[in-house]
Amino acid sequence: MAHEEIDKVTGVSTTGHEWDGIKELNNPLPRWWLWVFYACIAFAVGYVFVYPAVPLVSSYTTGFLGHSQRASALADAEAGKAARAEVGKQLANASLDQIKSDPKMLEFAMAQGRAAFGDNCAPCHGSGATGSKGYPNLQDDDWLWGGKLTDIEHTITVGVRSTSPDTRMNDMPRFGTDGLLDAKQIRNVAGFVLSLSGGSVKGADVAAGKQIFAENCTACHGEDAKGSTDLGAPNLTDKIWLYGGDEASVINTITVAHRGVMPTWGGKLDPVTIKSLAIYVHDLGGGT
Amino acid sequence: MSLEEIGYSVFLGLLFLYCVLAAGKAVDPVFAFHATIGAIASAAGIFLIVRSFIDRDGRVEPEEVNGKPNYNLGPIKFASIAAMFWGLAGFSVGIWIALELAYPVLNLGLPWTTFGRLRPLHTSAVIFAFGGNVLLATSFYVVQRTSRARMPGLVTPWFVILGYNVFIVIAGTGYLLGVTQSKEYAEPEWYADLWLTVVWVAYLLVFLATLWKRKEPHIYVANWFYLAFIVTIAMLHLVNNAAVPVSFFGSKSYVVWSGVQDAMVQWWYGHNAVGFFLTAGFLAIMYYFVPKRANRPVYSYRLSIIHFWALIFLYIWAGPHHLHYTALPEWASTLGMVFSVMLWMPSWGGMINGLMTLSGAWDKLRTDPVLRLLVVSVAFYGMSTFEGPLMSVKSVNSLSHYTDWTIGHVHSGALGWVGYVSFGALYCLVPWIYGKRDVYSLKLVDWHFWISTLGIVLYITSMWVSGIMQGLMWRAYTNLGFLQYSFVETVEAMHPYYVIRALGGILFLTGAVIMAVNLYLTIRHGEAEKTAADVALAPAE
Repeated sequence: MAHEEIDKVTGVSTTGHEWDGIKELNNPLPRWWLWVFYACIAFAVGYVFVYPAVPLVSSYTTGFLGHSQRASALADAEAGKAARAEVGKQLANASLDQIKSDPKMLEFAMAQGRAAFGDNCAPCHGSGATGSKGYPNLQDDDWLWGGKLTDIEHTITVGVRSTSPDTRMNDMPRFGTDGLLDAKQIRNVAGFVLSLSGGSVKGADVAAGKQIFAENCTACHGEDAKGSTDLGAPNLTDKIWLYGGDEASVINTITVAHRGVMPTWGGKLDPVTIKSLAIYVHDLGGGT
Repeated sequence: MSLEEIGYSVFLGLLFLYCVLAAGKAVDPVFAFHATIGAIASAAGIFLIVRSFIDRDGRVEPEEVNGKPNYNLGPIKFASIAAMFWGLAGFSVGIWIALELAYPVLNLGLPWTTFGRLRPLHTSAVIFAFGGNVLLATSFYVVQRTSRARMPGLVTPWFVILGYNVFIVIAGTGYLLGVTQSKEYAEPEWYADLWLTVVWVAYLLVFLATLWKRKEPHIYVANWFYLAFIVTIAMLHLVNNAAVPVSFFGSKSYVVWSGVQDAMVQWWYGHNAVGFFLTAGFLAIMYYFVPKRANRPVYSYRLSIIHFWALIFLYIWAGPHHLHYTALPEWASTLGMVFSVMLWMPSWGGMINGLMTLSGAWDKLRTDPVLRLLVVSVAFYGMSTFEGPLMSVKSVNSLSHYTDWTIGHVHSGALGWVGYVSFGALYCLVPWIYGKRDVYSLKLVDWHFWISTLGIVLYITSMWVSGIMQGLMWRAYTNLGFLQYSFVETVEAMHPYYVIRALGGILFLTGAVIMAVNLYLTIRHGEAEKTAADVALAPAE
């Protein structure tokens, strides 16, 4: 049954087996293949002696080097902490103004603030801090709760309408949803508000709107409609709109009063990181 | 009726009753839906058995016709066409999720079309639906041809093929509807797993029985690989999917393993799904179709023995390299790594045997694009089985782990190796089983080859760049000891590569569409093969 023959092309003999026309040559294992295989096995055996490898009853062989991934990862983390500790300690004891005026502390705070911003703040405010609809732009000089260093630090610490007992808080009434104003009145007051920044609302009676504004809005937004950072009331005379400055958006804002939320970071980030964040955010578009 | 037909009818009848009961008593709507599919499939199965019993009218297919084995080709035809269909579906879903990563709006805000549900649909469609049907089709063909025996069973071969595809439907619709046991590549729930177990045992029996009947003194190397694949997948499937259902009338179950043991069992399964499904099974295809198409003897019998046993022995220990730098104990991590390194040469043994079989026939690569697909697949196999051990080395893994590099690595194996060897095999197989001389158009195969090769190159190079960049960005520290990049910045940096990757996928799908058209034309309009009778009747010159 087995007919060994010589393959004409290669001159190698076959094994004499044949299946559905397929034969097999009787070539030896390629030498280089065999030696690389042996080398891999030798490497594997060597590695097993050097590193933790073999399970025992209640422990395992730790290897000649005594290497431990866990220990080396912890050491790395400690080294990182130590590298940051010196300047970090200075930051803990310095005021925000002192940090701002000391180049070494400022460099450190900006680096830490940038890293913390990317991981904690960017999801809402954007990686470039330019915000989006409902999430304030931190690059401009318009600040709801104040743009001074201490204002920013406080806002980050307590949040806005957050779970912190000290949270920044205001509640714009839901003029439409709660029936405080009817649709026509809302349209009129929206027309007045937009007229302050050169806009208009179709079919709005601006004079009537001005009257409604005086009766309902000035307590927070002020008679000049320039708002108040103490109350977190936005300036309505500029063209910066958190929830949109087109006709429909402004009418909607007056109707439902969005009341956005920012979490409190006081318990989540340590005070030094919050200081650094305040410095970093202030540097983007803060004021005095 | 034969005992076999009666047995299957009774089994499917009981299954039908259970499915009807389960559909009525189901505690969740998806289970009711799947029980309904089960009831319809069981009823259809009984109908097919009865119809074929009436059609055959007491006759049994002969073992031989004119002294030649009367091979059973029907189930192979079905599986070949199913493979092409699922391939197109799986590649399309892959492109969709690639685009979702580049443009998240394509998640569409619907639960069914989120990345989390479509991703397992993609992986299962390409691995188990496309790859699985290719393996079923080729293994049934190869084991019959190399044993010179018809595979036994009136019903069983059909039960294996159709039952497997019912499993695919249950699994795929389950993913879309949110049913998953959250194990990668083993997402289907307990009832789908049980069904697959039944089908798989039948598959093993058909395969073994055909080998048992063989007329050849020895078992061909391709069949060793097929058998290793079938047996090992059964073992992996049973252990990894051990679970306790919350209710026998509900889809949810809890896996019996927990914590890091569960993770280890999962990656023992996951890695060997790669090792035995996507490697051993497709090496079997390579061992039959490459020598057959090149019309050359296999390069080295001795190499095939050594690399087979080395591969089988070493692969099973390599799983822990998926869990480097996790809660897995360091010693297990080390063993996973060293076994992966030792696996390099046994893997390359298959590549050498595939490529060197071409010696004396290299010129055919110029003229035969089907052979080119097969040979390039072996080259991609060599590349990814070098990259695999490399990435299993802990210090390399600390950069590559969780990055797109892994995705690129997997796809050089999936598109280049599994995809191309499957395409090559189907281009050979379809004409053979439909009695055609060759594929309808070799020109179209050529187009398929070049378009999809360009696609693969775009895919894997973009993922290499993206993955290594991602890994470097994650670990970059400033000189003051702070992370240099936030996570979202690393995501932003990957966007262009995601677009290039999706483009690569589109090219790969384009090639597959050309293939589907070509195979359709082969079946419908291909030139018939000259039979021995035709040759005998040709006038003497």
